[in-house]
Amino acid sequence: MTPASGTRPPARRSPLQILLPLAVFAAAIGAWEAYVRIEAVPPYILPAPSLVAATLLADWQVLSASLLTTLKTTLLGLVLAVLGGVTLAICLSLSRIVEYSLYPFAVVLQVTPVIAIAPLLLIYMPQDLAVLACAWLVAFFPVISNTMLGLQSVDRNLMELFELYGAPSGQGLKSRIVSRLKAFWYLRCPAALPAFLTGLRIAGGLSLIGAVVAEMAAGSAGAGSGLAYRIIESQYRLNIPRLFAALVLLAATGVVLFLLLSAVTHLVLRRWHESALRAES
Amino acid sequence: MTEPGSTLISVKNATKVFANGVTALAGFDLDICAGEFVSLLGPSGCGKSTVLRLIAGLSQPTEGRVVWPDSSGDDHRSEIGFVFQEPTLMPWANVADNVWLPLRLRGVSRRDARERIAESLALVGLESFAKAYPRELSGGMKMRASIARALTVKPRLLLMDEPFAALDEITRFRLNDDLLRLQSELRCTVVFVTHSVYESAYLSSRIAIMSPRPGRIVAEVEGQAPGPRAQDFRTSLHYTDLCRRISTVLMDVTAEESLR
Repeated sequence: MTPASGTRPPARRSPLQILLPLAVFAAAIGAWEAYVRIEAVPPYILPAPSLVAATLLADWQVLSASLLTTLKTTLLGLVLAVLGGVTLAICLSLSRIVEYSLYPFAVVLQVTPVIAIAPLLLIYMPQDLAVLACAWLVAFFPVISNTMLGLQSVDRNLMELFELYGAPSGQGLKSRIVSRLKAFWYLRCPAALPAFLTGLRIAGGLSLIGAVVAEMAAGSAGAGSGLAYRIIESQYRLNIPRLFAALVLLAATGVVLFLLLSAVTHLVLRRWHESALRAES
Repeated sequence: MTEPGSTLISVKNATKVFANGVTALAGFDLDICAGEFVSLLGPSGCGKSTVLRLIAGLSQPTEGRVVWPDSSGDDHRSEIGFVFQEPTLMPWANVADNVWLPLRLRGVSRRDARERIAESLALVGLESFAKAYPRELSGGMKMRASIARALTVKPRLLLMDEPFAALDEITRFRLNDDLLRLQSELRCTVVFVTHSVYESAYLSSRIAIMSPRPGRIVAEVEGQAPGPRAQDFRTSLHYTDLCRRISTVLMDVTAEESLR
């Protein structure tokens, strides 16, 4: 009966795991730059990476304002999706009747492509609200479905243990509700955490996509100033370097968002969940 | 407090039919006296676990009754500790918090429960692992934590559902001895479900042998009086004789089944 090692080494990645993708990335950029220079490709067809970087710096004022707009929409959409998704998942998991009557609508909302709904939303709502609604709409489903899955995946024996120790039988409705709440708070919530965090990671990326899609649907007709709007605008003006610069910012936003949410997941689960322990050998 | 020897609980002519139509128990009778160590032994699927669930009040018999002759109140759950086949620990909580759970559900704060938690952990030899998380423990230690959790409520009746079935033999032997020591220290009654002839012979003061489904008691074998076993008990003639007698009965029971 020796204990498993209490102090395990932190999960370190081997340097190769970091160096290899960086090397491939650098090589791709280098090849791109070389191709553009050697073939003398005009910048309105394909700008060199160096030009894109220069544009990014030169247009920073315009682009950063756009970045901020898109970021605001994305994060607000994500926060609202989490609030709404978690609340609804809790309601749905507490009552079968609510689940049966509401869950199909969540599915319908999810499977209808957001790009098809966006024009409609733009008619009914002011543009910034419509964009936010799109971001919310696509981020909402992964949160609700994963949270529900988590809330329902509680060890059956643990539930029985709660029944045995928690609920004095034959007592009133109030004590039954209290014991149900206890089971929810002590058992279902922590059990749902891993699945919820998975949903959150997916929702983060989708929320950005939703915001971009809606901005695109609004297009030049809108008064928007998000990154997607900049992309459309640059396309019309054949300002391809700026288009690329906006694209780089969008990609970077997505990556940072994903890394942040992954870090949150790791911090929350590292003590106990298998997914956070993979690197341990 | 129930006097040793008087009936603590009796299951009277219990029948259990599940919603899917399967009859798990039919005409099941069992009296359990205070201080006993009763093993329920039988082929898998014979309703052993169902008996424990009836006693714990987690499930109601379709017919028949579960009676606590000596108890005035309706609620016996506070007197029961339950140990499952799996350790069933909450992976997100450390050992101390897992052991705290039954008391926490009764509204005892962490601070007020501290002594009881430490006491329970000491009983199973896990004092130094209070802060460890379940995944950091070996299978045997997880089971110890699970037993510690059942002990925090100071149970009069300890219900154990094949608790050591998934453990290796060396660990199981040790936990067997620890369990007997615990029982004599805490003077509780144990109902122990197992499908191992040898385990039931080693542990029990009485072995109740069940028929295949629908389960009922078909024979009882008197075992060794409760309490820790002598060091050579496992190799003694008395023990082998006990095993042989139990095996014979069990073989008869399963042979009848295959003829049916």
